[in-house]
Amino acid sequence: MMIMTQLFYLSLTIFLVGLFLRIYRWFKLDIGPSDTHVPAGRRAKSVLCGLLKTVFGISAVKALIVFIADAVLQLRVIKQDFVRWLMHGLMFFGFIGLTLMHALDGQITEPLFSGYISTVNPFYFLRNLMGMMVLVGVALAVYRRVKINRLRMTTNHVDIIAIVILFVIIASGFALEGAQIISEPIFDDMAADYMGTDDPEEVAPLKAYWAANFGVMVDALEMDVDEQVLEEGLSLHEESCMQCHDRPQSAFVSYGLSRLFAPMASFFNDVRMDVMLWYLHFIACFAGLAYLPFSRLFHMIVSPLSLIVSAVSNPKETREQDTPAKATQRAMALDACTHCGACSTHCSVGPVFQLMGNEAILPSEKLLLTFSMAGNNQLKDQELSRLSDGSFICTDCYRCTSICPSGINLQDIWFAARRQLEKNGHPAPYLRLRRQNGHVIHAQSDEISAAIARTDADEMPWMAATAFATCFECQTCTNVCPVVACHPNPGEALKLLPHQIMHAVGLGLMDLAMGATMIWDCTTCYKCQEQCPQGVQVTEVLNTLKNLAWRKDAQSRSTSPEKATA
Amino acid sequence: MTYALFLGCKIPYYLAHYGTSTRAILKALDVDCVDIEFNCCGYPTRMLDADAYLFSAARNFALAEARGLDILTPCKCCFGSLQHARHWSQEQPDLKARINRLLAEEGLHWTGTANVRHLLSVLIHDVGPDAIAAKVRRPYKGLKIAPHYGCHALRPSKVTRFDDPLAPSIFEKLIDLTGAQSVQWNKRLECCGNPLWEKNSSLSVALMNQKLADAKLSGANYLCVACTYCQIQFDAVQHLQAAQNGNGLKLASILYPQLLGMSLGCDAATLGLDQNKLDIGGIENFLDQSKSLADDGPALTRTL
Repeated sequence: MMIMTQLFYLSLTIFLVGLFLRIYRWFKLDIGPSDTHVPAGRRAKSVLCGLLKTVFGISAVKALIVFIADAVLQLRVIKQDFVRWLMHGLMFFGFIGLTLMHALDGQITEPLFSGYISTVNPFYFLRNLMGMMVLVGVALAVYRRVKINRLRMTTNHVDIIAIVILFVIIASGFALEGAQIISEPIFDDMAADYMGTDDPEEVAPLKAYWAANFGVMVDALEMDVDEQVLEEGLSLHEESCMQCHDRPQSAFVSYGLSRLFAPMASFFNDVRMDVMLWYLHFIACFAGLAYLPFSRLFHMIVSPLSLIVSAVSNPKETREQDTPAKATQRAMALDACTHCGACSTHCSVGPVFQLMGNEAILPSEKLLLTFSMAGNNQLKDQELSRLSDGSFICTDCYRCTSICPSGINLQDIWFAARRQLEKNGHPAPYLRLRRQNGHVIHAQSDEISAAIARTDADEMPWMAATAFATCFECQTCTNVCPVVACHPNPGEALKLLPHQIMHAVGLGLMDLAMGATMIWDCTTCYKCQEQCPQGVQVTEVLNTLKNLAWRKDAQSRSTSPEKATA
Repeated sequence: MTYALFLGCKIPYYLAHYGTSTRAILKALDVDCVDIEFNCCGYPTRMLDADAYLFSAARNFALAEARGLDILTPCKCCFGSLQHARHWSQEQPDLKARINRLLAEEGLHWTGTANVRHLLSVLIHDVGPDAIAAKVRRPYKGLKIAPHYGCHALRPSKVTRFDDPLAPSIFEKLIDLTGAQSVQWNKRLECCGNPLWEKNSSLSVALMNQKLADAKLSGANYLCVACTYCQIQFDAVQHLQAAQNGNGLKLASILYPQLLGMSLGCDAATLGLDQNKLDIGGIENFLDQSKSLADDGPALTRTL
């Protein structure tokens, strides 16, 4: 047992070091451009001030309410998604219940309940009930991750590890108890302890009684078991066992398992399976403790904190002001995130992901990538431009922020991340394309654009050849264009004017047309299209050219990743 | 009359009072709204990936169809974007089939039965001028309003079918119903400039300033809009410009539901009169003080 004590302290040490490293990161990490870096000292000061204000101010009440309503009872989830609420509630209350009542029984349950004995009800039964709650919660989690489209696509190894840890801890506990129920050696030990004898003959009636009623698998009983023996066993049971041991059937899951193990009882008893499972259960718990600060389960500590912080801080001061407290709040976000996927399933632009396939569109994934970018810039240029595409497709609807069960101000993170991306040469895709294309290329450049020009008429309905073939160069489109009218010398500023673009497209000169600043400065007011006497869909042609530039850019990036961001 | 209310991405957070004021006037006019968790109309992705845009738009229709409702939106860009999707789906059955294959992954289907209506169309065609006029309790007196039409509802008219693209009139009619006087101005059908904001911001502001100067010449007290993005431009962007460059404020913009709501006797706080970046509180001075709300009909709560 010495080794287990040492293992426990080792796990506790790893847990504490991990805790420190995680919290240290809150004061160190910058989500946002590096020139807005807030030193750890100032962050710590702001956090300390905020903490004192919250604890000793009126917000303490608010914080308490938020803690109970949003962190413990998860009231904001219940309306959103009942199954998710149920799943979390089962796992949370089951696991916390087991931790307090079972794992910390010496520290908590015993002092609280003078008559506490682990094998007496309600504790005997409750342990199984709580374990079962966790297992049902785990099953629901797995089901949701498989069944719901966007959740399945975003599930990663960290989520799987969290679920596996929970499962192994609980399942090994049940298996351990099941193996104990059938174990004859354990029966013998306990009989020696509580009956005060290890004389097989004296113990035999009790053993027969336990074998007949409580599932102990006895190898060979050297007597005939009849009514009388069982009655004798019953009185021995009442005398020596009953006060401290309820019927094992109370542990309904473990007892069920023990029936499953029963055919293998002699093997179990020979190899002392109960001892092996005991080690497995304890080592699983210690491993869980050590790994906690590095796992998704760390949210147990940080999510309530995040909920309270966002409740007591003013959410309206998001975009303009960037305070030290907010820098810390942003850096905490990944630890508070449970990767539950609520943001991604409700995201306004989530459907776009189904077509573009860029995971950086989905908030839950964008958060992971944003932290990779902030960490030590492990992202390659290609990944950064994908992150940029995903980040700038966001329409700032704040739905993710308002829906996050952990109270993370995601929108604030997106703003900061975009500032960082802009600074690092990954601006909004529209601006990147405008810059890349906003000059006239007179030659038909490469094969890609030729291929695009050939295929797109089929794929984009408004780009059908007839759309511009009827143009007779009356220049109405150019004459009514408010953008053209804004420039004293529009030909120079816009490179090509709308009617010239129509002509270029009519001739199949896509690169020439795409190079006109005009297409990027079009306001899409549709005056040109409305007034065209020939019914040319002028604005749609400009829109399509932007689509072509985007597609061409995506193709060139996928073929030569290094050139892409140059 | 029941519609699925489509607020779009910007209203819930940035322009919450456009949402609350729209709900307030619809309630006052006995139009019921159902809230569905829609996604983005697709407009922002349309410039990059038209397929992704169409899918976004189609998914909203599929959601509305599942409830058997038409969509009502107060945003002209959302309106235009959704109307375009309907238009192309009718022109291109293949496209629709492709989108339906993707929608089927979520158990959704887009048949094309649901329509999209802009707020102003619903007011003028479905509720009707008479019904609105009957509910106006406190008309404005001496208030001049410059209506700004908004491009994406008006054009391309073959697709949007909103009003006469060259000589539209429904907005003027709706403004006049409140007792205010709609004024004609040269640039009333031009772009507000917002689509270029943060893409080419100086051009965006130049377009806006041309309009503001022209509207000012018309003698209007306020601009009036019925579009999320036009309001962001004329309110937030104009406010930002004034703060940065010290330009005198030229003309504040009021949302149509705010204008109508005040004359219907809706609560000023619900209409969010104090939520605009540029002060529009002065609008209350134009309300006909001789007509008291308590005089007729059931009392609508309102604080003056």
